[in-house]
Formats: sequence, structure tokens, C-alpha cells
Amino acid sequence: MVVVVQRDACVGAGQCTLVAPDVFDQDDDGIVLLLEPEVEGALLEAANKAARLCPARAIAVSAQ
Amino acid sequence: MTAGPRIVIVGASIGGLTAAETLRQEGFDGEVILIGDERHRPYNRPPLSKQIVVGEWGPEDAAIRSEAEVDDLGIQLRTSCTAESLDAVGRVLHTSQGDIEFDELIIATGTEPRRHPLVPTALTLRTIDDALAIRDGLRTAQRVAVIGPGILGSEIASAARKYGADTQLIGRSGALTLGGVGSLLSSRLAELHTENGVDLVLDAEIVGARADAGGTSIEFADGRSERADLVVAMIGGTPRTQWLMSSTLTVDNGVVCDGTGHAAPGISAVGDVAAWRDPYTARPVRVEHQSNAIEQAIAVALRLVHGEPGARPIPLFWSELHGTRINAYGWFDPELPLVSIDDGSNPHATVLVSRDDTDRVHGAVGWNAPPREFRAARASVAASAAIAPALITRP
Ligand SMILES: Cc1cc2nc3c(=O)[nH]c(=O)nc-3n(C[C@H](O)[C@H](O)[C@H](O)COP(=O)(O)OP(=O)(O)OC[C@H]3O[C@@H](n4cnc5c(N)ncnc54)[C@H](O)[C@@H]3O)c2cc1C
Ligand code: SF4
Repeated sequence: MVVVVQRDACVGAGQCTLVAPDVFDQDDDGIVLLLEPEVEGALLEAANKAARLCPARAIAVSAQ
Repeated sequence: MTAGPRIVIVGASIGGLTAAETLRQEGFDGEVILIGDERHRPYNRPPLSKQIVVGEWGPEDAAIRSEAEVDDLGIQLRTSCTAESLDAVGRVLHTSQGDIEFDELIIATGTEPRRHPLVPTALTLRTIDDALAIRDGLRTAQRVAVIGPGILGSEIASAARKYGADTQLIGRSGALTLGGVGSLLSSRLAELHTENGVDLVLDAEIVGARADAGGTSIEFADGRSERADLVVAMIGGTPRTQWLMSSTLTVDNGVVCDGTGHAAPGISAVGDVAAWRDPYTARPVRVEHQSNAIEQAIAVALRLVHGEPGARPIPLFWSELHGTRINAYGWFDPELPLVSIDDGSNPHATVLVSRDDTDRVHGAVGWNAPPREFRAARASVAASAAIAPALITRP
């Protein structure tokens, strides 16, 4: 599965880096950085959790 | 408790949609019907007072999921459909598009903005259409008056300054507030507004207003009056529970629930409309934050699918004013002043915490904070939250 982040929507809340630190990081301004654009298994589960927790809806996980 | 085959969700916004998505992601394979009275697909409200009113985003940028994605999740979305009343015992929802029986109902109807009783011409903001009307007004207004010292009033004042308008922020009380942080940041907020050219009119009691073709004159108790060609009032919201008045649910400033969002057999409530009992005080409290709606929706969906409630949400709130990013995480006691955890050498970028006399950190504010420092402060809030409930007997 493919992870996409929309950096201009991100509000730097950091929910993603808390629940999926192997998939997401934040830059010096707190804006999300994508570490793993393709995820399966445990990472996919973590990325899905991050996507639904993200208060800005800035993360999408999809088949392509 | 396991969910029956049909779950109906009222309110097709962030709370309702997150509940629907989580039900599917957790493997619920019955029917999921999501109804909302707006004609739009679900969209995010936080950008309305930020990117949308300043014109950086169009309405489509605030949309949450495409029609195809909603379909793929097997969610039956009915827009322009209003819940009119509820038979909580017989488990039937009466809507403008007919009756719907349900096994479980999730109420996520949010709030509606209070209109200013003395300034009826003032615009207000809750929906995308409201936001576009304010954006259009701001494009031409020379003088803007924003009534309401809360964070949404502050955000609109900040937007008005982006357009270069003379901007007044009017508050009845002397303090500016920010969500759950209350007035603890008032002097910082006041300084930020003043530095950016907002004229603060606080401790000001409005006694009347006169509108004519050229604008509105707002009259104050001390005899002063101020003219503006655009007036926006952000003086709080009322839970949308009118349609529940004839039901057997307990409604008292929101739908009263236990600590897991359960309101009555087969009925739960989440988000701005829901008053969950606080595990510490046992009092029902409503929290009007995006993350709270999301986390309550996830917790209820987990409970319906797996029979076990999810973790207790920790409040998280953010805002951006005049380019300054503010994040707040946790709980804030109005009696406990916020203290900087760094040396305070840079007043424009810092982390402030609410720490009690046992050194437990209940809340943290990032004021343009470096993310790593704010994350460390968040971790200490989460650690306190994890131990604290053990000390309290739950209701
Ligand atoms: C301008 C603005 C800016 C904000 N900024 C921030 C921010 O920066 N950070 C933050 O944390 N929070 C912010 N918030 C708060 C956040 O948007 C809310 O907490 C969140 O939207 C709550 O979600 P909800 O699903 O509970 O309710 P809502 O989003 O209010 O959705 C309720 C939905 O139910 C519908 N509905 C109501 N009654 C019925 C009925 N009888 N039948 C059918 N449908 C019905 C409504 O039309 C609405 O679509 C902001 C809110 C606004 C208005
Ligand atoms: S959770 Fe969302 S808003 Fe927060 S840092 Fe991650 S992408 Fe940005």
C-alpha cells in the first residue's frame, strides 16, 4: 500500500510520529516527512492508525 | 456488547466519518449508514477560519474523502438528509428521507454557532458556505469588527489583518482564550495581536448596534461606538440536540454519556455534541476540538466492534495566528500558571507546561515550538495521564 502526505495541510500535531515513528517524521517546523512511502504488515497497520488520527487529514493510505 | 448488523451515524462530518471508517477498518461487515443534513460531502472545519477565509484554499481543498473512497469503504452516505426525531427504545430514526431502523446509533451532530442577540447582522462561521461568505466580505472590507475573545475570533482577526483591513477584536471579558487552555495564554495572545496591528477592545459590553447600507455601528455601555463594514461574531456554539428533545436520552448541554460514549442501550455520541463523563470528576464535559471528535469516534467504533473501549483521548488543539503556530496538549488547570521549560530566551518560540506541585505535567503548549521539544513535553503529559486514573475511583 502507498502512503501519501499533504504537507500544506499538516498542522504539525505530531500524532503520526507518535503512532508510526517508522513511517513518519517531522521537519524543523513540525511539518510531516514521509520516511516509508510503501508499507505492508505492521507498518501498514501503523500508517492506517496515523491516517485516521491525523487531525488535519493530511495522510492518505491507498492501493496506489 | 457486539454490534448488530446495521449501524446508523447521524452527522456526516469528522466525528461521524471517522466512526464509519474505523468500523470498517476494524472489520465490521454489517451496514453502515452515514447521514448528514449538509449538501456537501464531509469536510474539515479547522481550515475554514484559516486557509479558506484568507483565500489560500478553495472549498474542495477542505473535503475529506472522495465519493469513490466512501463507496469503497462500503459506507452509505446520505447528504441533505436531516434527522428529525429519535425513538431510542424502538431503535428507529425519523429523517427527512424516511424512517431508518438501527441496531446501533452514533450521534455526531456537532454544534451550531450562537448568533449575537444585539448584532443580528453579524456573520458567523461553522460551515463552508459561512466561510466563503466571510472570505468574500474580507476581500472588500476596510474596517472589520470581530466579536468574541475565543480562538476562532482571534483567527478571523488574524485573517482580516492579512487582507490589510483595520481590525478590531471585541471581547466582553478582559481575557483572550484558547480552547482548553482557557485564559492562561491571554497576555501572550494580546501581545501577538497588538504586534500585528489588531486593535483589542476588551472588557467591552455591547449594548446595541445599528446597521445601514454602509455598515454597522456597534454601541458600547460606556457610550463609545465603533463602525465597521464587516462584523463577524464568534461567541460560542450550542449542541445540536433539538431533534432529541422528544427522546428518552439525557440531554443537558450535549448528549450525556458515560466515560466511553455510551448514552443509552444501542446509542452512543461523539464529538462536539457529546458530553462524556470525565473519569476524574464524573461530570459530563463537552470538548470542542477536532482531535477529540476523532478519538471519541475511534473509541466508540472499537467498543462496538470489539466490545472494549479504546484509550481515553488526551485533548489536542492547534491554531495559527499571524503566522505563529500554537499547539496545546493535555489538561489545563486555570489556577496553575503556565511555565516555560526552556530558558525563555526566545519569547517567540517556546514550550510552556502546566505542572502541579507533585511535578506532574498535565498539559503542554507549544508556541512556535521546535517539534522535538514539544514532543518530549507531550510524552510527559501522556505519562501523567497513564498513572493518574489509577488514583481515582471511576464512577
Ligand atoms: C471555523 C472553525 C475552526 C476550527 N478550528 C479548529 C482547530 O484549529 N483545531 C481544532 O482542534 N478544532 C477546530 N475546530 C473545531 C472542530 O472543527 C470540531 O471540533 C469538529 O468539527 C467536531 O466534529 P463533529 O463531527 O463532532 O461535529 P461537526 O463537525 O459540527 O459536524 C456535525 C455535522 O452534523 C450535521 N447535523 C447536525 N444536526 C443534524 C441532524 N439533525 N441531521 C443530520 N445532520 C445533522 C451538521 O450539519 C454537521 O455536518 C474548528 C471549528 C470551526 C467551526
Ligand atoms: S498527524 Fe497529521 S497534522 Fe500531525 S504531524 Fe502528522 S501529518 Fe501533520
